[in-house]
Amino acid sequence: MVRFENVGLRYGMGPETLQDITFTIEPQSFQFLTGPSGAGKTSLLRLMMMALAPTRGFITLFGRETSSLTKDEISAMRRRIGVVFQEFRLLDHLTTYENIALPLLVQGREEATYRAEVMELLQWVGLGDHAHSFPAVMSGGEKQRAAIARALIVQPDLLLADEPTGNVDPALARRLLRLFVELNKSGTSIVIATHDLGLMDQFESAKRLVLADSHLYIYD
Amino acid sequence: MTEGVDTHTPRVASTEAEPAGGLFQRLAGWMFPGRNLIPAESIAGRALVTVIAIMTFLAALTAGSAVLIYGASQEWSSLVAREMTIQIKPALGRDLEKDTKLAVDIARAHPGIAEVSAYSEKQSAQLLEPWLGPDLDLKELPVPRLVVIKQGEGETPDLAALRQKLAKAVPNAILDNHRLWVERLTTMARALFVAALVVLLLVLVSMVLAVSFATRGAMAGNREIIDVLHFVGAEDRYIAREFQRHFLILGLQGGLAGGLAAVFAFAIVGQLLSAWVASPGGEQVASLFGTFSLGWGGYLAIAVISLAMAILTALASRMAVARRLSGLM
Ligand SMILES: Nc1ncnc2c1ncn2[C@@H]1O[C@H](COP(=O)(O)OP(=O)(O)O)[C@@H](O)[C@H]1O
Ligand SMILES: [Mg+2]
Repeated sequence: MVRFENVGLRYGMGPETLQDITFTIEPQSFQFLTGPSGAGKTSLLRLMMMALAPTRGFITLFGRETSSLTKDEISAMRRRIGVVFQEFRLLDHLTTYENIALPLLVQGREEATYRAEVMELLQWVGLGDHAHSFPAVMSGGEKQRAAIARALIVQPDLLLADEPTGNVDPALARRLLRLFVELNKSGTSIVIATHDLGLMDQFESAKRLVLADSHLYIYD
Repeated sequence: MTEGVDTHTPRVASTEAEPAGGLFQRLAGWMFPGRNLIPAESIAGRALVTVIAIMTFLAALTAGSAVLIYGASQEWSSLVAREMTIQIKPALGRDLEKDTKLAVDIARAHPGIAEVSAYSEKQSAQLLEPWLGPDLDLKELPVPRLVVIKQGEGETPDLAALRQKLAKAVPNAILDNHRLWVERLTTMARALFVAALVVLLLVLVSMVLAVSFATRGAMAGNREIIDVLHFVGAEDRYIAREFQRHFLILGLQGGLAGGLAAVFAFAIVGQLLSAWVASPGGEQVASLFGTFSLGWGGYLAIAVISLAMAILTALASRMAVARRLSGLM
């Protein structure tokens, strides 16, 4: 599903943030991506969502080498990838409902065909009462859940979540993790970047990708 | 009680207030259906609408003037082209009166000539009165006599033959078919037309540049939205359409304002001119420009230009967006 071969990443003229990264993400797998702050977790996720191009090495996504993709092919692939950004990146001028429906909207789908689906997901993440609120008036935890819902709405093949429990209390963190586990059972491959050891302990059987000294170590 | 009255009145207005917005929003929504993902406030709209309105005004003035010039020149040349004159110069030992009569007879007999009329001595004096004063005695001056000839509609008389006949009978007569005038008028009209085209082209280029700058500014201001749309799988053409929707609205507003201003300008100048024509000495103006009315051709040109400016605005923004987007991941 995702395959990195000797990938290196350098920002500008600086040192290599990531070096010789080689790993694969299997279909329907669940893994934590961890490491200290500044280790390169966000950078690695950005490579996976094609927001960055590697300075060397090869990245294969859904069987295609990413450097050879056209822009429309990249758009088509992104529709199979759900992303939860560390800083949420909700659109401030849209309501929660509209933010969550955005991935469906840009695919040109009619609102009538997804309205019920979006409302159901809103209930699921506990934002039923906030459907028509704007991000500006929501708490960090609420925005976090809206960002997660936006990533889930397309039932992606691959879910990339950057510190998705960073802004919520431990009880809610546990609930969100359960949400990811459920999603994984229904067939989605999941990568959760986190430095929250407590969270990872709740799902011992998950694979761990650990970033340290710009290298990646894998613990099954 | 008062409560009942209070709830009664304000309801009506609130049901009419549609969230869809003004006419232009609805028009653009109809052309590009969907939710507004780029907030209208984030685009420096008012300045751009003003620029578009001014450009449309200039373009419409240019086009309207071109239509007027074309119409007037057509009128002049068709009038002038059908008319010819025979000028008979006084010559020693010849009777001017007799020569004039001879020339008239020859012209009348020539095939393809519809009307022949000679200026009498009195008429010639009247013709010269504005320059030489009323107490003129033509007998003391060597003033040539004029014979005006109109060719029949759709006929092409053999002028060379007519000239030959005249030369034999009245050697001091000159046939002038005003070809030089017609040619000069045509050349002038053409030059003005080309000048109008050049002005129009310059206006269009400035428009495209202004819209491109405005689009780039709008994109820079909405970079976060563009990035998010990309990450949730929006294609470039989808994002471009979101911007284009806004710019089409701005273009329609500017185009309409500029077009209306141009129509008013022509109406006002037309009114002023017709007042002037009605005053003594205004006939020359009338003979130059007719009634200065644009006619449906002129109004059509202005309408087409206004609409074209709106569409050009949308296209220019679309191209600017596409160029920018192709550089983003
Ligand atoms: N856009 C950028 N330009 C330059 N350096 C960057 C950029 N983004 C991240 N970095 C650097 O790359 C390293 C890894 O950052 P990041 O991937 O955000 O780590 P993490 O998510 O694990 O905290 C850091 O040293 C950071 O300063
Ligand atoms: Mg990070």
